[in-house]
Amino acid sequence: MRIKLSVNGETHELDVEPRTTLLDALRDHLRLTGAHAGCEHGVCGACTVLFDGVAVRSCLMFAPQAEGTAITTIEGVTPGPGELSPVQDAFCETHGMQCGYCTPAMILAAHSLLAGNPNPTREDIVEAISGNICRCTGYAQIIEAIALAAERMRGDNRPLDRTP
Amino acid sequence: MKAAPFEYSRPADLDEACALLAADDGARVIAGGQTLVPMMAMRLARPTRLVDINRIADLSYIREDCDGVAIGAVTPQCIAERDALIARKLPLLARAIPFIGHAATRARGTVGGSLAHADPAAELALVSVTLDATLSYRVVGTSTDVAARDFFIGPMVTSLPDGACLTAVRFPVWSGTTGVGFHEVNARRSDFAFASAAAQVELDASGKAKRIAIGIGAASDFPIRLATAEQQLTGTALEPAKVSEAVRAALADIETLDDLHASADYRRRAAASLAASAIADAKTDSQGRNAHAH
Repeated sequence: MRIKLSVNGETHELDVEPRTTLLDALRDHLRLTGAHAGCEHGVCGACTVLFDGVAVRSCLMFAPQAEGTAITTIEGVTPGPGELSPVQDAFCETHGMQCGYCTPAMILAAHSLLAGNPNPTREDIVEAISGNICRCTGYAQIIEAIALAAERMRGDNRPLDRTP
Repeated sequence: MKAAPFEYSRPADLDEACALLAADDGARVIAGGQTLVPMMAMRLARPTRLVDINRIADLSYIREDCDGVAIGAVTPQCIAERDALIARKLPLLARAIPFIGHAATRARGTVGGSLAHADPAAELALVSVTLDATLSYRVVGTSTDVAARDFFIGPMVTSLPDGACLTAVRFPVWSGTTGVGFHEVNARRSDFAFASAAAQVELDASGKAKRIAIGIGAASDFPIRLATAEQQLTGTALEPAKVSEAVRAALADIETLDDLHASADYRRRAAASLAASAIADAKTDSQGRNAHAH
């Protein structure tokens, strides 16, 4: 069946079988391979994308169900070519990744959290990524990265105001 | 992990959805798909047609309904989680929703979808049984109501007839100052519970339980009420020793699930302990609300 998907601000027309998951449509049809295929049944979280700004699992949705919604993948969070989003930057800085398999999903989960909660507690961060499995880092640096990104996105890293 | 082929339909309204379901024995309703899609990926479910009701606007609402709160079947769990009316009128439901899956699955998962799938560990099923909710469904041309206690009849099995589409669930609201408690135990945060317990209590002016509802989920084929314990504890001050004794006795004859994750005996002991904690929380919660009200 023919469907229209709006991904990272662009509308694409695709010819898919109804059983094609949104994940497979993104990876195989649109070549957006930043959404990773892990367990393919909703356990690992590696396929996380943003659906109208909210983190969802693209393996738990058939592509036709996603019509008419604004989908954002990891490829769509950078402000410009060669640039990184504040969350991506914070992941680099705190070494919030090792093998990188879970990383795009972790970053999108963080974007989803910070869009609604600019000042998350550690508990909020842990809850937000509780559905995303990482088998390398032990999560500590990931939590640190999200906290750092939150701090920066709040504008806390502006130069000190020295006006008397 | 790929689903078998199927046809996909997105009906504009409930009547069209019911007609599609009636025309094809192998058709199934899909709403958020957070239970059905993994089942299809694992080929535990092989529907010939998916009838996507997720965009039928008439099925997405949370509103007061006589002396209760009605929730449309395709209302996303994340909307119910943040809803002010639910927080005020159905504190037990508000307490339980954060235990459902993860934020990413609650964003897509619906209230009706979870009920219709009837996973033994489903928090929404447990709350609906504990609060004596009523579920409504539609088969071409006819709407029917069924009590939650008659709806869940086995693991992933309900009394929903073939071709039916669940449309809403209505939770009664208790009139007095109520307190609630909800606990579950699982291997990982937000994973399927091995046992879960929900309690809602209304205390009278002297601190005695005027009314109490105790539900157990995940431990048996479908959520159950501990009716004998409710009877024994009504009129008491819910002293911990008495509560423990009553829930243990009520659970003694229940046939609990036994699998590689948790033995039947473990589930029975965990359920008793979680129920006692839920009741203790509900009592404290009720006292707090009472103090706040005066």
